[in-house]
Amino acid sequence: MTKTERTNLRRGLGFISPWLIGLAVFLLYPIGASFYYSFCEYSVLQPAQWIGLANYRDLATDEVFGKSLLNTFFYAGLSLPLGLVVALALALLLNSGVRGMTIYRTIFFLPSLVPMVALAVLWMWIFNGEYGVLNYVLSWVGIKGPGWLNDPAWSKPALVLISLWGVGHAMVIYLAGLQDVPTHLYEAADLDGANWWHKIRHVTIPMVSPVILFNLIMGIIGTFQFFAVPYVMSPQGAPARSTYFFAMDLYDNAFPYLRMGYACAMAWILFVIVLLLTLLALKFAERHVHYEGG
Amino acid sequence: MQAKSPIAHLVIHLILLAGSVVFLFPLLWMISTSLKPVEETMTIPPRWIPSEWRFDNYRKAVIYQATEPEPYQFAPGDLFNGKLRVALYQRWPFLVYGLNTLYLCLLGVLGTVLSNALIAYGFARLEWRGRDVLFALTLATMMVPFPVTMVPLYALYRSFGWIGSFKPLWVAAWFGSAFNIFLLRQFFRTIPRELSDAARVDGCSEWNIFTRLILPLSKPALAVVALFHFMYVWNDFLGPLIYLTEQRNFTLSVGLQFYQSQHGGTEWHLLMAAATMIVLPVIVLFFFTQRTFIQGIALTGMKG
Repeated sequence: MTKTERTNLRRGLGFISPWLIGLAVFLLYPIGASFYYSFCEYSVLQPAQWIGLANYRDLATDEVFGKSLLNTFFYAGLSLPLGLVVALALALLLNSGVRGMTIYRTIFFLPSLVPMVALAVLWMWIFNGEYGVLNYVLSWVGIKGPGWLNDPAWSKPALVLISLWGVGHAMVIYLAGLQDVPTHLYEAADLDGANWWHKIRHVTIPMVSPVILFNLIMGIIGTFQFFAVPYVMSPQGAPARSTYFFAMDLYDNAFPYLRMGYACAMAWILFVIVLLLTLLALKFAERHVHYEGG
Repeated sequence: MQAKSPIAHLVIHLILLAGSVVFLFPLLWMISTSLKPVEETMTIPPRWIPSEWRFDNYRKAVIYQATEPEPYQFAPGDLFNGKLRVALYQRWPFLVYGLNTLYLCLLGVLGTVLSNALIAYGFARLEWRGRDVLFALTLATMMVPFPVTMVPLYALYRSFGWIGSFKPLWVAAWFGSAFNIFLLRQFFRTIPRELSDAARVDGCSEWNIFTRLILPLSKPALAVVALFHFMYVWNDFLGPLIYLTEQRNFTLSVGLQFYQSQHGGTEWHLLMAAATMIVLPVIVLFFFTQRTFIQGIALTGMKG
């Protein structure tokens, strides 16, 4: 290394020095330790004890874990595609050149600002089987609403509905993407006699597909850590564990039960699932996502 | 894509208006319930607008978990030794949850902006050996979900004796975060290199280029980072749930959850008043910073 190179290196490391600590202490060490603990019996009160693959073997037959995993897949399978469609549809409507776009945008965005705990408490009130306003409104059209959060068949769909109320964030991202689609593409489609659906299907969606992919991946990562809302509604995932999700099971094992090694094994399974789903999305993207100039 | 015919415009307006009602209603219902006398919360059909506005519900929500207060005489030293906080907590618990949350927000935002600006500068505008490898490693860590590091971090903070204190909830923010480093680095790179070169020729030190040239030019990006971190801390539930052990240290989120777990199901007017007090500051903040907010979200979404 020459003298300048050494000065440059010292200067560069000087600027990023907080990150050298942050990366090592708050990320790399915990990642390594977590992997090690996942093969241990560990309660934090006593030193970790190596037990090999026992945690992973136990997880394979843990019914509560299986239930929480199934619940999470069910919730993700409904809320991710529905959220995508609703957010994109709202963004398309807002991008159609109607007057008052910024006002509508603010209205649709506001709910996504509501802190999770407040959101959970608010919707518990709205979904209330007896005095809830939702079932009252449904009664106008002759529907006798279910018990929602008290009914194992309806508790997860209720949570999906809540998630749709928060699509404003994704909508803003789509809207920014839509505004970048060059107008000459639509003009060309007009000349070819395309109707509005053709234009959405063959111009808009391909052009915003990278944004859809980004939102989908962020959605996968977020959904598998779904915690605050169901936990506030019922820490045990009542009724009948129908709202007991992956992250709640993990939290319960780590803190109330102090089965920290077991919780680490769960965290690594979570990591692998998220990684696989992301790879799947990217694989799908290879064929269907259109990158400008690519 | 522009809609052209007037009928299309009308239809779109009707859909958007209906959507607006659906999206706004829960918030209005929260506020309406929060101002009702208790007997009007549980009626069928529901009362849309309270017969009288019970602003007193808000006072009740603030003092709800109050304990028998010990007599208290203010002394200036109590600002720092925690006695004032205990006295306030015994009288107005929800106020103390709010102060705790604000304290964490301020420390977190300050640390996040300072550390990430410094780090991103090192990655964006300096050339040094190993930089790109380290940056790639930084990006890779973004894929790791929080639960993976949750247990070892708890063990680490426990060995520092930090459990039950605020430290686990703000210290890490002073050492950078991959996402913010990425965001600021992208922004710093859009500032023309010639500006730095000219300053260097004039004998400006690297530190002065950073503080006097790059930082002032990056205010919009720094505002995005600050705003998002504020929202994150205000919202955070899992962190405070794990680390805070004493009720007087609770943040608004855990405070409301605790309240709901103890008294949920009956006193909806007070719960809604408490929820409104958590939501309203965020909405006010949004209205003052709307442009930064919307641009920030678009910016973070565009990296895909």
